[in-house]
Amino acid sequence: MNILQDTGSYALLMKRVLVAPDRWRMFFRQFPKELEKLGLQSLPIVIIISVFIGAIMTIQTKLNTENPLLPTYSTGLVTRDTLLLEFSSTILCLILAGKIGSNIASEIGTMRITEQIDALEIMGVNSANYLILPKIAAFIFMMPFLVIFSMAVGLGGGYLVGVFTDIITTADYLLGIQYAFIPYYVFYSLVKSVVFAFLISSVAAYYGYYAYGGALDVGKASTNAVVNSSILILFFNLLITNLMLNQ
Amino acid sequence: MIEVKNIDKSFDGNHVLKNVSAVFDNGKTNMIIGASGSGKTVLMKSVIGLHRIDNGRIEYDGRNLPDMRMSDVRLLRREVGMLFQGSALFDSLSVLENVIYPLEMFAKTTKEEMVERARFCLQHVDLKEKSYNLAPSEISGGMQKRVAIARAIALQPKYLFCDEPNSGLDPQTSLIIDQLIHEITREFDITTIINSHDMNSVMEIGENIIFINKGEKAWQGSKEDIFHVDNEDLNNFVFASELYKKVKKANS
Ligand SMILES: Nc1ncnc2c1ncn2[C@@H]1O[C@H](COP(=O)(O)OP(=O)(O)OP(=O)(O)O)[C@@H](O)[C@H]1O
Ligand SMILES: [Mg+2]
Repeated sequence: MNILQDTGSYALLMKRVLVAPDRWRMFFRQFPKELEKLGLQSLPIVIIISVFIGAIMTIQTKLNTENPLLPTYSTGLVTRDTLLLEFSSTILCLILAGKIGSNIASEIGTMRITEQIDALEIMGVNSANYLILPKIAAFIFMMPFLVIFSMAVGLGGGYLVGVFTDIITTADYLLGIQYAFIPYYVFYSLVKSVVFAFLISSVAAYYGYYAYGGALDVGKASTNAVVNSSILILFFNLLITNLMLNQ
Repeated sequence: MIEVKNIDKSFDGNHVLKNVSAVFDNGKTNMIIGASGSGKTVLMKSVIGLHRIDNGRIEYDGRNLPDMRMSDVRLLRREVGMLFQGSALFDSLSVLENVIYPLEMFAKTTKEEMVERARFCLQHVDLKEKSYNLAPSEISGGMQKRVAIARAIALQPKYLFCDEPNSGLDPQTSLIIDQLIHEITREFDITTIINSHDMNSVMEIGENIIFINKGEKAWQGSKEDIFHVDNEDLNNFVFASELYKKVKKANS
């Protein structure tokens, strides 16, 4: 479909979503469920991926920079900054776009094609607000925790390389990850991830909400959700990096 | 009474409803019939306002829906119940919770009274106590339809819309569901609109029949007249089955 038309209907949908709920009771009934589904249930994948990437990055950095002139702390430092700057926000969100994006789009899409959304509308419910707002709010709320968690676990993964191999000593690694630490990088990462969380959940909700047809179309909606939110994440990554780091 | 005047509806250039006008009386089962894909569901959803029509008027006892503000539409919806083609029960709620849901949205009664009312509606459609706590996926299609009817009548609607209430049901269950809708309509003097492509239902409970052909209203009348019309499309629709061909022969 036409980009302008999509952007327009996305904006109109968000106008219906981003208002105070008619019934807070309904919102607070849904919100904890979404925290669990979108946040807690993402922890396993966040842990697995972060540990491995942390470890692999440490090994790769060390092996590819065999130069006696480089200080011993450089490997830990590179691993840490890569995790802080890009991996635990952007790459993690790209992965979550797959998991969370398809989950949201298929759930809302299924409700659309089985007419459950129409049934809500008939009962005078603002279905967009009722179904989508708790998801966006819950995912945005959980995202900073997931990011911090991923950073910690990723650094832990690198440490394990020191423990289990003789590629790097734990002392060098620990020195590296503490050397010239810039707290602002964490802040930058958190800001990005919150924006990405909004993009993933709202774009997926948009494709699900406007699904039309059958089960196959719900599948298409979730593919569209994942592809388009990934592209948007990359684009906004560029934009935010320029705004926040290029001073 | 609902009056529909000259409505048009298209989706991205696909002109689905073409200048449709019709009158739906209260206390009667008004039926919209037509082949699959003729636009029955779109017509019904346009009348309720789930689809925004391109132009025309939809008057609910004089109140024109397209002119209403969203807040007034919400108020009107308090008086509307709908049975969807695929039941559209909420998967995440139990049978009883599905019927309580509209009450929670609108009624200003206590929780106990809501449960009371929901049970009353479920009993009205002959559902047994033991299914009340099951999920919609755990009960049969016929039972889902009954739950959907119970949910649609929970708020004592003045307007009841049923989109193919007996698609996917066996003839006996279909008959029971049809009769149920008919009784409710009489009992509460509701304006009921039923979409159907089932001639048996039409003959059973149809009182005011509207035939839609390719998005246009091709005929309106009573079930007695339906056998004596010279409308080729309508005849093709009505006499598609051997049974009704025989009925026609016997009549003439
Ligand atoms: N939301 C929509 N977006 C685009 N096209 C639609 C939409 N809803 C319906 N249509 C189109 O409108 C036409 C009429 O569909 P409709 O569902 O009203 O048929 P129907 O008479 O209810 O058929 P059936 O008896 O199979 O339910 C179809 O060609 C369909 O593709
Ligand atoms: Mg239909």
